[in-house]
Amino acid sequence: MTAIAITRMGDLFAVVMLSGIYSLLSAALFLVLDAPDVAFTEASVGAGISTLLFLATLKLVPRYDKKSRYKPGLALGVVVATGALLIYGTLDMPHFGKVDAPVHEHVAPRYLNDSLEEIGVPNFVTSVLASYRGFDTLGEVVVVFTAGIGVMSLLRISRQAKKDAKAKTPPDMQQQVILRVVAKIMIPLILIFALYVQFHGDYSPGGGFQAGVIFAAGIILYTMLFGLSTAQKVFKHKVLEILTAFGVFLYAGVGFVCLFMGGNFLDYDVLRHDPVHGQHLGILLIELGVGITVASVMILIFFKFTWRTVKHKYNQ
Amino acid sequence: MNVLGLYNYWIVVILMLIGFYIVIAHENLVKKLVGLAIFQTSVFFLYISIGKITGATAPIFDEKWQLYSNPLPHVLILTAIVVGIATTALGLSLVVRIQEAYGSIEENDIQIQDTQDQLECQLEAYGIQESLTTFDQDIDE
Repeated sequence: MTAIAITRMGDLFAVVMLSGIYSLLSAALFLVLDAPDVAFTEASVGAGISTLLFLATLKLVPRYDKKSRYKPGLALGVVVATGALLIYGTLDMPHFGKVDAPVHEHVAPRYLNDSLEEIGVPNFVTSVLASYRGFDTLGEVVVVFTAGIGVMSLLRISRQAKKDAKAKTPPDMQQQVILRVVAKIMIPLILIFALYVQFHGDYSPGGGFQAGVIFAAGIILYTMLFGLSTAQKVFKHKVLEILTAFGVFLYAGVGFVCLFMGGNFLDYDVLRHDPVHGQHLGILLIELGVGITVASVMILIFFKFTWRTVKHKYNQ
Repeated sequence: MNVLGLYNYWIVVILMLIGFYIVIAHENLVKKLVGLAIFQTSVFFLYISIGKITGATAPIFDEKWQLYSNPLPHVLILTAIVVGIATTALGLSLVVRIQEAYGSIEENDIQIQDTQDQLECQLEAYGIQESLTTFDQDIDE
């Protein structure tokens, strides 16, 4: 329903807000479908960070959508035709919730039955993510890293422009006493929660990706309430850039250490004398790498968008 | 009952089509990105609903449970969500740059400006000093 409302709205602000609600609803649905890790990620990413980024963009672009001059008939036709084909395609699919569906018969049983002895981590999602499919996850982290670099180069601002803007920027939201007090209580809790999610990811839903995003959300909240320059005193641009690369380096580095110690790439068994301990250490380290990269990329992206806004406002 | 057991795929298809419709029928680039996000979520639902088993629990080991839902789709989608936001951010920053360069984020306006620029370049190359006002009017109609 929310999705349909989005198509009809002309006001982009409402569209963005609705998409945030939509994300939160999908997170709830993921939870119902027994995927707490995914729900966690969707709630913090979809409802948190992505809504914020869209809002930051809206400050830079016109708020209202222009009415299209074309008739939507053709588009609707294409969509309905595709839909009919897709529905026809689903007729051969296994039923919802069946135990004997083909998906459950290949690698999944092995993950569920053997991972406790091989990896020793109760959260199956973490052991698959960080160990069995560690190489895949490394790729994902590199994609996040690359996207971060892309945003940084697209929204680059010269140092001079930054200095000018900084001189003219008034302190943000100085008057919002209630928000500031509440945030002062909330932000440390958010950050501690992020660390908990990071290091307890082996035993409960969570891990580097979620922790990184939650941590970034805490910092972004801080930035919004106390101003960009205050936040950048704590999180220097240079440091963030280095941290972004450091996360990927840590991840790949663990892989290479495994290689030098006689195992395969990202085969943590060799890190310690006992394979299970090795796995624990390896998973801890690479999750840390993931967390660092994701958090610093998200913070950097938000800083870039905010700088752009500040520049537009005061540098004309 | 036979066909109704497939309802999860239909929800996915409907969501996917809403996203698809937004992408092709709207000219506003921010809205297109929201459409892409909806499209993306529909794929997430597809994977997660495939991994679900009736009567099973979340894939975290517990002695009381024998049956867990499939952890593999969860892993794939979890990383996909984070990668999705990173690419969305990239798209948004492209939108910001387009806005700065063209002063608009409507596809139509951008295209008109592009054709105008192209024509001006060509005319300059041929050494023609004509004014383009008549052409502008043509386009506006």
